[in-house]
Amino acid sequence: MVGYLFGLMALAALVAAFFGAARSRANRRSATVKTHSRPIYHGLNAAIWTGVPAFVFLLLWLLGQNSVIDALVLGSFPGADAMTGPERSLLISEIRQVASGAIFTQPTPEVLAAVDHFKSLQSIAGWAMVAVVAALCAIGAFLGMRAIDTRFRARHSVERSVTWFMMFSSLVAILTTGGIVLSLVYEAIQFFARVPITEFLFGLRWEPQIAIRADQVAGQGAFGVIPVLFGTIVISMLAMLVAVPVGILSAIYLTEYAGERFRAVVKPLLEILAGIPTIVYGFFAVLTVAPLVRDLGVMLGINASPNSSLAAGAVMGIMIIPFISSLSDDAFAAVPRAIREGSFALGATKGETIRKVLLPAALPGIVGGVLLALSRAVGETMIVVMAAGLIARMTLNPFDAVTTVTVQIVTLLIGDTEFDNPKTLAAFALGLMLFIITLGLNLIALRTVRKYREKY
Amino acid sequence: MSATETTGGSALPLAPRLPVVWKSEAMANRRKARYAADRRLQLYGMAAIAFALGFLAILIGTLTFTGYRAFTQSMVTIDIDFSSAEINRENPMESNWRAIFRQAVIDDVGELSRSEERDYFSMFTSSAPFLIRDRIIADPSLLDGRATFVVPMSDPIDQLAKGLVNTDLPESQRRVNDKQIELFKQLEAKGAISQPFNWGLFFNSDSRFPELAGLAGAISGSFWLLLVCFLISFPLGIGAAIYLEEFAPKNRFTDLIEININNLAAVPSVVFGLLGLAVFLGWFGLPRSAPLVGGMVLALMTLPTIIIVTRAALTSVPSSIREAALGIGASKHEAIFHHILPLAMPSILTGTIIGLAQALGETAPLLLIGMNAFITSPPDGVFEASTALPTQIYIWADSPERGFVARTSAAILVLLGFLVLMNGIAIFLRQRFERRW
Repeated sequence: MVGYLFGLMALAALVAAFFGAARSRANRRSATVKTHSRPIYHGLNAAIWTGVPAFVFLLLWLLGQNSVIDALVLGSFPGADAMTGPERSLLISEIRQVASGAIFTQPTPEVLAAVDHFKSLQSIAGWAMVAVVAALCAIGAFLGMRAIDTRFRARHSVERSVTWFMMFSSLVAILTTGGIVLSLVYEAIQFFARVPITEFLFGLRWEPQIAIRADQVAGQGAFGVIPVLFGTIVISMLAMLVAVPVGILSAIYLTEYAGERFRAVVKPLLEILAGIPTIVYGFFAVLTVAPLVRDLGVMLGINASPNSSLAAGAVMGIMIIPFISSLSDDAFAAVPRAIREGSFALGATKGETIRKVLLPAALPGIVGGVLLALSRAVGETMIVVMAAGLIARMTLNPFDAVTTVTVQIVTLLIGDTEFDNPKTLAAFALGLMLFIITLGLNLIALRTVRKYREKY
Repeated sequence: MSATETTGGSALPLAPRLPVVWKSEAMANRRKARYAADRRLQLYGMAAIAFALGFLAILIGTLTFTGYRAFTQSMVTIDIDFSSAEINRENPMESNWRAIFRQAVIDDVGELSRSEERDYFSMFTSSAPFLIRDRIIADPSLLDGRATFVVPMSDPIDQLAKGLVNTDLPESQRRVNDKQIELFKQLEAKGAISQPFNWGLFFNSDSRFPELAGLAGAISGSFWLLLVCFLISFPLGIGAAIYLEEFAPKNRFTDLIEININNLAAVPSVVFGLLGLAVFLGWFGLPRSAPLVGGMVLALMTLPTIIIVTRAALTSVPSSIREAALGIGASKHEAIFHHILPLAMPSILTGTIIGLAQALGETAPLLLIGMNAFITSPPDGVFEASTALPTQIYIWADSPERGFVARTSAAILVLLGFLVLMNGIAIFLRQRFERRW
């Protein structure tokens, strides 16, 4: 129904544009003075008046409708006030299920009554929505058409609307960041109300199980983030061990040694590595690299885990190569010719120029690139979800399994989620941590790169 | 002149230095070592590139190798004589299709013991009776006389038909027993086994049985996702870029917006998933697993890409065009929307397609908003629960059945195919329409 409503709104706007333009044209013919705006602008103005307020209203309505209906249904449900959060959401999902016709067990009469209430509210909401949207369209069309006049500056009006739209668009980026920070901080604060922040930051055990019964063994979960962070660092470092040398060396070869044609072919091929979805790398790590690592472990006499951090780290390293390669490429290209030629003039070979002149000169840029790549590695999710372990362990042995922040976020949140379970909230605390770490790495990296740029 | 002389008559006495004999043995060796170091560096560089590209080749190679088999499916042709079968002709839905199917396939091989019979029936996909039923319901005239049906074989037999079962192993260590192999050979000798192209991979929805599982739901889910993502991020991205590039005053607030956009581009995707989960699902109560929510999250992720690309495209249009437009009396908006934006459009579209291709492969945020559910029909719209290509790959990669390994690789090949297609379109647009000024 909502789809039709959007379609009807668009149609109404189109009709308004057509009639607005026609009316303005008629005006123009009969008028003695010169009109300010062309008819198309009068039409557009009428269309904006007709469509935009209704559209904005409809969006806001749709965003709020479910929450309001849920609150109303729960409010009239007997005994809902005494319920805890999970019970409430369980109840509301049961009501929704029954309302949509999926009945597994015979619902209680209270639920049935609530379902009727829910259905009636939904139909009221639906009709109210249609009515208000239609009214807004009609009022808008009336105002828009009435404004048409030879002296009305329709173009200015349209341009003002467009500018407002563009300003709103550029605010979306801020709103997104705000939304991320607010939601993470809000849920994390809820988490820290249950688990003290000191325990989270300094705890050495990560066992996010929640007891089903109070007297269960290990009933109390442990939420110490240190082992999880440790695993993240181990895997990222393994990735950097692969990516940094390969990335920098390939950048050196491509910028300094390779011919134009070789570069034109190889560079896009390297970029493909960055374009492959990470889930593909994850599957590849499980399918091919993990068995290889196990064989390697057998050869060395080490018992390798099937989720070894080496497999995940190495594959992640491959994924990161193009980042480091292309950023180092830029750094090398930014070194002025004069420095390079000065070195040649002193009799240095190409290799010596690269190692002793270009690398130090490009180092800040390369370091910036490596930091950006590191932030990628820390935030990378699918490879580690598929190839790394689930149990947080503090081990440097690359044949052992470790877990990472992103793995924990995904495993804690997969499946049905309740917002007042410490397990769910822990994922948001981890997310906040991840956001802060990657943001910090990015800011340092950008600053390093910018500082370096000022040098020449 | 000797190298020991110093200029300017320095007061410090310098150690006498012998002239460098460039042709000496030592110097030649030194030169050799220096050139060798140069060549070594070059070799390391080549080795690094070979490593990266070799890895790419291995990646594509293994996926193709494990995946290509899923593009065919072993089918068996069954001949059923309906004239003798007990069918409720008024209401075919009510008939005992399992019995009809069993009778029909038993006729093919003759007498079997009870346990052999069970082994035999498990060679066909367990929903074979329903496939037959559905065809009958679609075309009741088939009930008059004989009709042939082609149904998929079950996963272990499919593996056997493709030569993936090691028949030298003892019977207890493989999933196909000796009797089944014998029966399979019997069917093969009759010419009942075929391996046509696996259209089901594209036209079936997800299933617990590998032989029936397909990507239809995932592909249509991904389509809806990208549609929502495009409808949101394209206008907003262009609007934001034009505002920041052409209208925004230079002040601290617009600086803040710019820093923000650059940072958003580097926020890990899983954090966007958390945003979607907490805000879109938690606060606004939008439906879980719906392409609408996924598309909104992906749109927020794609937005920075589109803004950055659009700004670059706008600045690359020469200012003479703007000045000419303004000079003959166009307003600032008219100059931008009638002249600059159309000229920048090919680059913007190219960047948008590349951004959408990235969004297509994004998995983590979709997992967090529940798009990894088991759903057996394609979604009809953006409000219905569905999966997407990358999450379908994730589900299949987690499934224990052997057949899903090949299916996962095949699904990855399909996903990579779509990515290649999109990037190909982007490259085509760039080469065909982009103007260099």
